[in-house]
Amino acid sequence: MPDTSSDSTLTRGQMLHGTGILVGTLAASSALATLAPTRTWALALHALSQGESTTILQFARVLYPHRKLSSAVYALVVKDMDDEAAHDASIAALLRDGVASLDRAAGGTFASAAPAVQRAAVKSIQGTPFFSKVRGACISALYNNEMAFAHFGYGGSSWAKGGYIHRGFNDLTWLKEPPASASPPIRD
Amino acid sequence: MARFDLNDDSVVVIIGSGAGGGTLANELAQKGVKVVLLEAGARQSSATFVNDEWASFKQLAWLDKRTTSGSWQVAKDFPTLPAWLCKTVGGTTTHWAGASLRFHEHEFRARTTYGSVAGADLMDWPLTLADLEPYYAKAESKLGVTRTNGIPGLPGNNNFKVMYAGAKKLGYSECHTGRMAINSRPRDGRASCLQLGFCFQGCKSGAKWSTLYTDIPKGEATGNLELRTEAQALTIEHNDSGKVTGVVYADAKGNHQRQKARIVAVAGNSIETPRLLLNSATSKYPDGLANSSGQVGRHYMRHTTGSVYAIFEQPVNMFRGTTMAGIIMDEGRNDPSRGFVGGYEMETISLGLPFFAAFLSPGAWGSDFAYWMDNYSHVAGMWLVGEDMPRETNRVTLNTDVKDQFGLPVPNVHYDDHPNDIALRNHAYRQGERVYEAVGAIKTMRTPPYPSTHNLGTCRMSADPKLGVVNKHGQSHDIPNLFISDGSQYTTGAAENPTLTIVTLAIRQADYIADAMSKQMV
Repeated sequence: MPDTSSDSTLTRGQMLHGTGILVGTLAASSALATLAPTRTWALALHALSQGESTTILQFARVLYPHRKLSSAVYALVVKDMDDEAAHDASIAALLRDGVASLDRAAGGTFASAAPAVQRAAVKSIQGTPFFSKVRGACISALYNNEMAFAHFGYGGSSWAKGGYIHRGFNDLTWLKEPPASASPPIRD
Repeated sequence: MARFDLNDDSVVVIIGSGAGGGTLANELAQKGVKVVLLEAGARQSSATFVNDEWASFKQLAWLDKRTTSGSWQVAKDFPTLPAWLCKTVGGTTTHWAGASLRFHEHEFRARTTYGSVAGADLMDWPLTLADLEPYYAKAESKLGVTRTNGIPGLPGNNNFKVMYAGAKKLGYSECHTGRMAINSRPRDGRASCLQLGFCFQGCKSGAKWSTLYTDIPKGEATGNLELRTEAQALTIEHNDSGKVTGVVYADAKGNHQRQKARIVAVAGNSIETPRLLLNSATSKYPDGLANSSGQVGRHYMRHTTGSVYAIFEQPVNMFRGTTMAGIIMDEGRNDPSRGFVGGYEMETISLGLPFFAAFLSPGAWGSDFAYWMDNYSHVAGMWLVGEDMPRETNRVTLNTDVKDQFGLPVPNVHYDDHPNDIALRNHAYRQGERVYEAVGAIKTMRTPPYPSTHNLGTCRMSADPKLGVVNKHGQSHDIPNLFISDGSQYTTGAAENPTLTIVTLAIRQADYIADAMSKQMV
């Protein structure tokens, strides 16, 4: 969740621990804006640099392009990668080298390259351990959080809400109702 | 609560507390037989189950190291996870969707019905449907299967409505909300279904049958059943005359314990069960226990599972409600004019957002994949479960290069699709697509098989001891006091979800064991 208590004087360069902060804003129109306490989000980094984390975030956006999905959700991928890098030097090296490979493939700086250049760069590193690492992190992080559930329209946990038996489990009206022999009524 | 001494060699020791082991344990306990039930996993409950796909997976799934080989796609997509099974009290009955169909009569006579199929080892079961009918009836009553025993069918959710409309357009005649082991009204002290949408994650309402909160507590209440949890069987021991004498297991602290036994029944599901027999090899049984035929671990079957998902212009919200919300049974017949032998069932399936991302198209990325995620709330889905061919070369073996946390070789699952499997699966994919196209699908996806939730055949029943591992009672040909009680017994796979038949066989096996014990025959 966004760190709303972050000191306003803390800038990219003024780090005592860790290597930076990733920040962003939730768009006013985003479904998430109604969920979050404020529209600013921030992610403290412990192993990755500002540039590395921005690159990985952009890489995730190319792998799983959802234009209207907030960067706050993509930042969860960065968070997982940063946590792993902080605990395992070989992962940190993999990510560092991988980011460098993306920059090379983009002919400069991946994070600020044109979308078509970014896509070509990502394609060119397909099959590499770095590609697999970040892609796997995307699958487990991007679509497995409350923000994503709200964005994509998934109900999430239902037990505490009494399930769906009275919350639209059969509310579709664009098809004819099946006969009772095929789909009997609810027995209360 | 019962408590038996480790040196009590009058007990029946059952390994595994799922559909086979849990049922057998209770059925024997009800008859006054003393049972020690060893379960590798911990005891969860409806209270501890979580409506969270990844967290639940970590809680319930069997995650001990396994390896894969062969040309099957699971080995490419999920090389270290050949199966989605459970390490928990209740076994995979905590995870299953509840579909409870009897075999067709001809499926017990696969070899006679289908003829000789090159590259497959078809064989008739040493049992017929008539033999099992009284036990199927008992199993359906035990499980509370809808559309049996006066139990009404469940109400269909949105996912089912889409399937039904498409089925009707195509002219299918057998489409309904299924024969499900899920209460449509309160029954047997358990609540009615709340359409939670997390059937695979353990049923928090208890409406879905699981040995965890039915047979096991009922068995415990007799005073004849002792369940030991976090008790992972390592080897089965035998005496000089070749009869099994007990089970060595690792307890929750990792200490090895030896429980003596009059009879041992193995129900660790079809990967762990043959592995246990193979890991129990001695100088007397150098190829593992009960393996004079060389068939232990062979004929591994997993059904020709594939899925079809489809995007519609209007919302479906398939995740609301039961996962297996309905079925089309028409293709379950045998009809070689379709280009293959054996049949398949078409059953709705739903995955939550996290698992949809992981399993829809393993390894996929980019805008085509993102399009599917963007349209998640407009997706309907079905799972296609068909009979796969038994092949000697599809097998579970010991991978001596990789050891588990106890220092024992892990199981390797080798599988190559048979041409009949491929033809059947492709036909099923096409029919699934047609069902959805008939009601306006914008786009469809053929999803490859997931890690196998149906695992069968690795200690198969045979009339001839040279061709299988157990007889028609699941009693091993080689060792009369060693039984197999899970889906490993399957001679052929049939098209139907296996749990009902596994429970049926266990009820019947309990009769046989109790009778044999009373006559001092085991």
